[in-house]
Amino acid sequence: MSNPGILIDIRGVDRVYYDTTGRKTEALQNVNLQIRKGELISFIGPSGCGKTTLLRLIAGLDAPQAGQLLLNESPVEKPGFERGYVFQQGALFPWKTVEENIAIGLIARNVYKEKKPLVKQYIDMIGLTGFEKAYPHEISGGMAQRVAIARALINEPKVLLLDEPLGALDAFTRIDLQNTIRKIWKNTRTTIVLVTHDVDEAIYLSDRIVIMTARPGKINEIIEVKLKPERDRNDDEFIILRRRVLEKLHLAGMHIPSRLVDPVELINVLGLGEAI
Amino acid sequence: MEKNKKSKHEVLGSDIGVYWKPKSKIWVAASIATVLLALLVDVLVPNVQFVNPVSYQVFLGGFAAVLTVLWIASRYVGTIRKKLYHKAQFIFAVGIVLALWDLLTTKSGIFKLPFFPGPVQIVDVIVKERTTLLISTYYSMRLFFVGLVSGTLLGIATGILIGWYRQWYYWLFPVIKISGVIPAIAWLPIAIVLLPNSFSAGVFLIAIASWFSVAFMVSGGIASTPKVYYEAAKTLGAGESFLLFHIALPNAVPDIFSGISTATGLSFLTLIVSEMIGAKAGLGWYINWAKAWSAYDKVYASIIIMAIAFSIILAVLTVVRNYVLRWKNGIVQ
Repeated sequence: MSNPGILIDIRGVDRVYYDTTGRKTEALQNVNLQIRKGELISFIGPSGCGKTTLLRLIAGLDAPQAGQLLLNESPVEKPGFERGYVFQQGALFPWKTVEENIAIGLIARNVYKEKKPLVKQYIDMIGLTGFEKAYPHEISGGMAQRVAIARALINEPKVLLLDEPLGALDAFTRIDLQNTIRKIWKNTRTTIVLVTHDVDEAIYLSDRIVIMTARPGKINEIIEVKLKPERDRNDDEFIILRRRVLEKLHLAGMHIPSRLVDPVELINVLGLGEAI
Repeated sequence: MEKNKKSKHEVLGSDIGVYWKPKSKIWVAASIATVLLALLVDVLVPNVQFVNPVSYQVFLGGFAAVLTVLWIASRYVGTIRKKLYHKAQFIFAVGIVLALWDLLTTKSGIFKLPFFPGPVQIVDVIVKERTTLLISTYYSMRLFFVGLVSGTLLGIATGILIGWYRQWYYWLFPVIKISGVIPAIAWLPIAIVLLPNSFSAGVFLIAIASWFSVAFMVSGGIASTPKVYYEAAKTLGAGESFLLFHIALPNAVPDIFSGISTATGLSFLTLIVSEMIGAKAGLGWYINWAKAWSAYDKVYASIIIMAIAFSIILAVLTVVRNYVLRWKNGIVQ
């Protein structure tokens, strides 16, 4: 039954919400998923498909009504530092500087004294040397997300949960941070779970893409991304895969203009004509 | 020429909204002139009331001298120039008012003593009574700080309990809400009877005046901490006490300061009223004592000292607040 390669085991998980009028929303219905140690897996799907809910359940920020979530075979009951979480808007503490924000996990766990040098190491790793004393409102959105990632990683978590961390960033910053995430993943071999609504981002970063459908939130299909480690967004295989994911999402009810699914149109729309 | 003019305007452009007449050079000279005018009026026009003009004349001469020194310094130091130019027109008016006030009182007796002493008499009384005034100020400040600090600490503690624990909120919040609307000074008769001396009664009144406003703001600040901060801290390994002292409390610090600002204002009021009624020392007591002797010049002197002392306290509070909340500078609220 137990498999040493599995880090997180999600078994038959249901999560239902009731709004103030008592109306029921099935955010997740009978979700089964096994996340392997060291992989980078993304959840993608239309809004309301429960991708963020699933991530919050793994983090222990929310609890399922039915089913089980196991991390290394022990049930997830509450949030903990071994499951680092990066929120959509960073959620940096505005009264703390960049280095204080990064150090907060060490302080909370009472290991700051012995692990203090890590702070500088992680600031260097995310390329924010020189901004140690800056306050969150003084840095850009992209820098803030780098700090949020470093803040979670300094605890050396078993899994890093990223909840649309690049959703609010402009296209250039986003690509830049995607490269950073991939580099961090290669260097640390931390298991990463990424929630995204960006197909390219999912393909560029992941080993597996979990496509979800809404109402009720379910896993529709899991696509293995078998691309070479050095990924190229203009590669033929990348474009074919993109088309496949888009088709699946379209069927799953995500509102993508149908013309985007036509590969020739897609190439033109994405401005990739010259690259091929 | 035209181009030159425009660039000058652009350089100063950022100051125009902030400073009053930042470019006008004439008002500094005019302000020194009116201060000297007030001095000349006092020296040249004969008195109808018996006063000792030395202190007032030294004061005006010193004032004019300081302005002149600043005027010279302003040619070299930009920050002094901006502030001096900003204040110049106001000082100009102050000089005229002092001269008129002097003419209407000491010089003519149009406004009668003892209710309307002239500036000469008030400056003279401040200098003559400096020891009593200093001691009174010291007593007032001691009462003020002991009361405000203990009230603020109690307020922060109560605010944390109410903002953090549901059962404290349930039982204590209505009490705070109802007692908070009662002006602290209403407790004066009870405080005087129940507490051993006027000092502890004063501390008690100022402490409760500041307690409620601080407690109210702190509990609100803690309760309004965004949920995502708690969630972020929990996923970083934070426990309950970490959430309170590293997340909720820092988030409430801006509210603590607005609570302290309100508390300071209420404390000034409570301080003076309680000293006027129940105390045997302090500026409030001094006012009451001077009134009994119809020495209204001393009443005015005491009021001026209060204005100076309270303004300094508020200025220091602002500096401390800006330093502690430096992480907020530039955040648009």
